[in-house]
Amino acid sequence: MNISYGLENIWTWLITLIDRLFCRAGLPYIFAYTLEKIIFGVALLVFISISVLFLIWLERKVSAHMQSRLGPMHVGGWHGWAQTIADMVKLLFKEDIIPAKADKWVHRIAPIVVFVPSLMAFLVIPFEKNLIGQDLNAGILLIFAFSSLAVLAIIMGGWASNNKYTLLGGIRSAAQMVSYEIPLVLSVLSVIMLVGSLKLNDIVEAQQGWHWFAFTQPLAFMLYIIAATAEVNRTPFDLPEAESEIVSGYNTEYSGLKYGFFMLSEFTNMLIVALVAATVFMGGWQGPKWLPLPGIIWLLLKTYLIVFVLMWFRWTFPRLRVDRLMDFGWKVLIPLAFVNIFLTGLFMVVFK
Amino acid sequence: MTENTLKDKDGFETMYLNMGPQHPSTHGVLRLGLVLDGEVIIKAEPDIGYLHRGMEKLAESRTYQANIAMSDRFDYVTSMNNNFVTALAVEKLLGVEIPKRAQYLRILMAELNRVVNHILFFGFFAMDLGATTALIFGFREREEALELFESVCGARLTYNYFRVGGVSRDLPAGFIEKAGNFVKMMRSRLKDYDDLVTGNVIFQDRSVGIGRISKEDVLAYSLSGPVMRASGIKYDIRKDDTYSVYREFDFEVPVRENGDCFDRYMMRMLELREALKIIEQVLIKLEPGEILAKVPKIIKPPAGEAYVRTESPKGELALYLVSDGTANPYRLHLRAPSFINLQILQKILTGVKVADVIAILGSIDITLGEVDR
Repeated sequence: MNISYGLENIWTWLITLIDRLFCRAGLPYIFAYTLEKIIFGVALLVFISISVLFLIWLERKVSAHMQSRLGPMHVGGWHGWAQTIADMVKLLFKEDIIPAKADKWVHRIAPIVVFVPSLMAFLVIPFEKNLIGQDLNAGILLIFAFSSLAVLAIIMGGWASNNKYTLLGGIRSAAQMVSYEIPLVLSVLSVIMLVGSLKLNDIVEAQQGWHWFAFTQPLAFMLYIIAATAEVNRTPFDLPEAESEIVSGYNTEYSGLKYGFFMLSEFTNMLIVALVAATVFMGGWQGPKWLPLPGIIWLLLKTYLIVFVLMWFRWTFPRLRVDRLMDFGWKVLIPLAFVNIFLTGLFMVVFK
Repeated sequence: MTENTLKDKDGFETMYLNMGPQHPSTHGVLRLGLVLDGEVIIKAEPDIGYLHRGMEKLAESRTYQANIAMSDRFDYVTSMNNNFVTALAVEKLLGVEIPKRAQYLRILMAELNRVVNHILFFGFFAMDLGATTALIFGFREREEALELFESVCGARLTYNYFRVGGVSRDLPAGFIEKAGNFVKMMRSRLKDYDDLVTGNVIFQDRSVGIGRISKEDVLAYSLSGPVMRASGIKYDIRKDDTYSVYREFDFEVPVRENGDCFDRYMMRMLELREALKIIEQVLIKLEPGEILAKVPKIIKPPAGEAYVRTESPKGELALYLVSDGTANPYRLHLRAPSFINLQILQKILTGVKVADVIAILGSIDITLGEVDR
């Protein structure tokens, strides 16, 4: 008998309630289903917004303590917890500037294009076994498909701003994100081979009882973390927005809420890659048997561990140069990923 | 700027990138006109003068003492060294004897300022390569040094500490212990710097072999200071054309061979250690005594000229001073190391990437206040 804890009980109870209510009212099931998905989506949006606010605050705190500073301490009282909320409000009130010679519509659309795909990827992540937007057969593929759409928005923003720095940032990010997507997917591929399914819940359940893929596939895990850092444009791979070289990269010409959207999507992307790392390599929502906490707590603990590592990277390393970055991606990461896949395949053939 | 008609090697159009004067890492208001083929620089045109204040002309309407105050603003990072060269030049015209204690105090301050300059260089160079934490580390230590300066002369940036014939104030109580502690702390922090930056693979990847300056170029462009010594020329004015009482102190002149960004960085780190060594020796040798020689209230040096060379943290800082016997100098000319070291930029920027421009500019270590004056 499997005892389950946590949020998913409440969620299942809510679904059953809605189903029954609609059934009694004589409405078709599709209405109940739609309502459930809308509720889930809204809950997800709230979760993401709060997470991002928290992440920005955390980034400031982590960086501050690494640099022997304190970071925000005043706004809101306790350790400046309301600082990011205040900053968001400030962004809301800022003037929205579109450069005179910009491609106006592309410039306007880019922040939306960057934000929507990063939201979509959350739909297939299992926060707990049944607490999931939609447990798709090709869940992990969907995440990568959506996260690779972000590059489109960055090129759009970079091109439409009609500024040479943003153009350079756009070109850099196009080259970088396309080439680091490959090791990212390839590193997860070896895990998929072992599991035999693209469903994220299957991958999580294959890691029952500390059989984390981070331990059985250490090379894949490292490749994933490196490629993910590049995918979300963080130091040492933050070339698209290299402040000391190309001012602020692709979002130089954005202000106000649009800039806020780029900022938001950056942190959402970081959350996604960390969530995927926690799900695929670190056992997802599963925790040790002797400590029955809700699965979502375990997942978030693991996620924030990865997030902390990413922040640690950012405040420690200098930035790579653009040609060395490409060298590293194509000549080191991709061959290593292929070697890993080959070894995994060999292992499966020999020991099966 | 004229229309960009340069073509790249395949005959395609190039991009003209106007880097600066408003840019996060041009170290002030330097403007670089870059002709780019993708990210590779075909041609670079440094453009200076955005911070020109006409200081050499202003000097002609100021008394000699007031010129020391103005010299703080030449290179606002190394004010003490600017004070030093100005005071030395006036004293050479006057021919006054400086008390022993004042000499030591001058060297103490000049070397402390060298430490501050090199800490700042460390922070900004790492920042230029994208390592943000190093900048804050640098500023943390600089703060301690600035507090020392503040306790001596009340100012944190423009000290105006030197006087013709000595220095303005004696050390406050407890300064020697504080300075000794600073040297000790700095030594241990230098290890942190090496752990965080010097040994970092990415840092070395970004700086080794980048922006190489050959020995011949160093001589042809008359580069000086750490930039020169990084290319393998062992020459330090403190040793080879000594001034003040530098010959009483025991210190090395570090040299590196390759002349790339990494060597220029290492030069500063090594010189920092030597400067700490000198500070320690001064603190031991200091004896009570006069801090100001007997000079007239209104300084009117006899007509004549003086040229004084000193080793500032950025290179050879020299002052040419002409007196016509009145209270104001007839002509003041500054040989500014930042300005002369900057000249090599155009030559070594050709063929590098945009990211390297920042690294090379950072490694030359300029202050635009001194370049434009």
